[in-house]
Amino acid sequence: MAMNVVREPATEHGLSRRTFLKASALVGGGLLLELHVPNVRAATSATGEVLNAYIKVMPDGIVTITAKNPEIGQGVKTMLPMLIAEELDVDWKNVRIEQAIADGAKYAPQFAGGSTAAPLNWEPLRRVGAAGREMLVRAAANALGVSATELRTGSGVVTHAPSGRKLTYGELAAAAARLAPPDPAAVRLKDPKDYSIIGVSVRGVDSPLVVHGKPLFGIDVTVPGMKYAIYVKCPAFGGTLVGANVAAVKALPGVRDAFVLRGDASVAGSVGPLDRLVDGVAIVADSWWLADQARERLEVQWDEGTATRDSDARFAEEAAKLSKQAPAAYIVKNGNVDAALARAAQVVEADYAYPFLAHATLEPQNCTASYAGGKLEVWAPTQNPESNRTVIARTLGLDPKDITIHLTRCGGGFGRRGASDYAVEAAAISKHAGVPIKLLWNRADDIRHDFYRPAGFHHFKAGLDGGGALVAFRDHFVTPSSGDAAASSAFAGPDEFPSRFVADMEFAASFIPTGVPTGPLRAPESNGLAFAFQSFIDELAHAARRDPLQFRLDLLGEPRVLDSADDRYGPQPDFDTGRMRGVLELVRDKSGWDARRQLPPGTGMGTAFYYSHMGYFAEVVQVTVGADGALKVDKVWVAADVGSQIINPIGAENQVQGAALDGIGQALTRISIENGRTVQSNFHDFALLRMNQAPPVEVHFRRTDNPPTGLGEPALPPVIPALCNAIYAACGKRVRRLPIEPATLAKA
Amino acid sequence: MKFTLNVNGESRSVDVDAKTPLLWVLRDELELKGTKFGCGMSLCGACTVHVDGAPIRACVTPVSTVGEARITTIEGVGATPVGARVQAAWLDVDVVQCGYCQAGQIMSATALLARNAAPSDADIDAAMTGNICRCGTYTRIRAAIKRAAGLPTTDTSEG
Repeated sequence: MAMNVVREPATEHGLSRRTFLKASALVGGGLLLELHVPNVRAATSATGEVLNAYIKVMPDGIVTITAKNPEIGQGVKTMLPMLIAEELDVDWKNVRIEQAIADGAKYAPQFAGGSTAAPLNWEPLRRVGAAGREMLVRAAANALGVSATELRTGSGVVTHAPSGRKLTYGELAAAAARLAPPDPAAVRLKDPKDYSIIGVSVRGVDSPLVVHGKPLFGIDVTVPGMKYAIYVKCPAFGGTLVGANVAAVKALPGVRDAFVLRGDASVAGSVGPLDRLVDGVAIVADSWWLADQARERLEVQWDEGTATRDSDARFAEEAAKLSKQAPAAYIVKNGNVDAALARAAQVVEADYAYPFLAHATLEPQNCTASYAGGKLEVWAPTQNPESNRTVIARTLGLDPKDITIHLTRCGGGFGRRGASDYAVEAAAISKHAGVPIKLLWNRADDIRHDFYRPAGFHHFKAGLDGGGALVAFRDHFVTPSSGDAAASSAFAGPDEFPSRFVADMEFAASFIPTGVPTGPLRAPESNGLAFAFQSFIDELAHAARRDPLQFRLDLLGEPRVLDSADDRYGPQPDFDTGRMRGVLELVRDKSGWDARRQLPPGTGMGTAFYYSHMGYFAEVVQVTVGADGALKVDKVWVAADVGSQIINPIGAENQVQGAALDGIGQALTRISIENGRTVQSNFHDFALLRMNQAPPVEVHFRRTDNPPTGLGEPALPPVIPALCNAIYAACGKRVRRLPIEPATLAKA
Repeated sequence: MKFTLNVNGESRSVDVDAKTPLLWVLRDELELKGTKFGCGMSLCGACTVHVDGAPIRACVTPVSTVGEARITTIEGVGATPVGARVQAAWLDVDVVQCGYCQAGQIMSATALLARNAAPSDADIDAAMTGNICRCGTYTRIRAAIKRAAGLPTTDTSEG
């Protein structure tokens, strides 16, 4: 296989896109990133001509494009092939999409996380399409005996205008497939004004299958001879297994096998120390329901000696104590905050806290595995197939090359499926049982064995001068740690606003060691930090008796570009204050912010902005709070700047609306930890947002001359503080602790 | 135990434990994978099917209680004019994100429109609040129901 590696050209800001992407992707799960544009050597087959790893042209002109990334609901199976189809110059109606299997050599990077699909693939996949087009044009030039420069393409046809002769891609495919592929870096890309697919709303390619109930998801996989499995683990995180009545369970009707598996702590995936096989009991049965019923008869003795004893009460107690002590570390330490506070006309102080959260993908974790003769085949709803491969290979002692991973559609991801725990469980159960199995967790397994959004605590203190300007800012962030570092997704970087916007600023951290597994949840870190920082900034605006939106514009100051100080994941892109100002002004104008005083009593608007995943987002939320505290979210307005091009507008709007509603849902729910285990077990106690709570979400994109960036995540963080700030505007109650408890909003 | 079920207009025989929920009979015995498992406790609506036209949660419905009633699943709902209109509206509006809940949403929406041709927003809330969409496609679900009903939708967003 010929492999061409494209090095991204420097952007106008002098940062290569490769460096940006490295950063964001690591947030989503610590992945190796290289930009490859692979070209499979020309191959001829009865089913069509392969131009490169992504493009196959059939004789009838139908083009099959490979969708390389896992589809978790973010729309990449539609959006990424659009990039190829545009530059290949074919009609979308003649495009068929095929899901790639996991193949790091061919398709890397191949994962879902960090809102990276658009920025990582924008240039390389367009070049894949353009390279295919160039091969077809050269084949036409040879066939017609004319210069390639005299040929034009469109709708899958090459035309020689001077003579009026035409050849279809289908007619040219066999000849084109025998040509040497061009250097993708050298191919010419279209002028955006000529786009006919990019920027046009394309509906989800699998949606017709979804609405007719066709099997697409991991849970729908069936393989010949397959049995059904469950896996029971210690309810306290980190506990080990002493013994279990597996012989009795094995004798139950329909149960084929029951056995203990030992965990392997020497292996861990990308999410943390428990991202691996842990001790447990597997039950294999003729149906999943019988396997799950057998659980009722299973008796296991757990040793919780090594398990965590963590509880929310201990976290809160520790946080209160630590926030009063000298911090363990400084994320930012600029100027002299104490002196600036002493000079301030007004000092504002507040404690903020947010809880652990589960991902609760609606499709519970599951995986189908078939082990035979040293080789393993896996059907995984996964965001991170290469981490699955590594964890499975090490745990089972397999050569990674002997593992085939099929990517199924995922019934939600939100970061949960970046872990490999459920995949290695399925593989280990199949190997031990000697049959193909489908492992499926029940909802309680899923909620109680997650990698949770970490809880966090912030003690803020800030000073305003006589004119209401911010002159000193301090946050003491108390956050969970694991080993000698912050726990997964439990830290923050030095760019956290208002860092770089106030001379005297401290952002300090202290740590609470925890055994509770944590990991990235949609907009990791940002989903908690945005709530705390943008809510406290709102308090400052009110203390300064200023319009909270204008206060933010004033803090941002004149449009300018600021260097990032965050090198945790390699160099980060610059922050353009003008882009953030732009979306704040846009959301102000679209929401009717300036007329908010005319809203009826009990109704209020709040605003917040946040920068994450390279996206600039400002949002306004309007709520009505009843005298009894009943909370109704009336409407959300989102203004977004994700660059020059919205690749698939109808999908983009859906992502933004979903992220905003996801954020509102996050603000209303919680996971509680007691005695080292999760209290909640299903949707009666871990509530998710429902139809009657879902407001309309109005989305506006502000196009700016910047490369397109991702949309899966960055709309989420600002909606939470905008919601809480709206509650304050509506009823005067400041939400400093999530989840929002409507009873606390009642009139005294 | 042997049961003969009427599923999507066909007679289907299964031999399962009488307590087996209809969900698992549909999915794992009859290979109708469109009906989804989300919670097992009638909390999320992903397993919604129609029994004699009424929406029920298959995850808590023992197969022994169904008898000869007509069971309609997402695979068969398009055979009714209302079901076909709802599926078409779902595609027009491009409701789907991950899509896992959408079979249940479509079954609840079809049952709503079959008994109420012009539902108000409050009617939609009442009929659909038992169906969780973790991706938050509620705005478009509401729009798709109105489109299927031929009601005006207010499109408040721009592309």
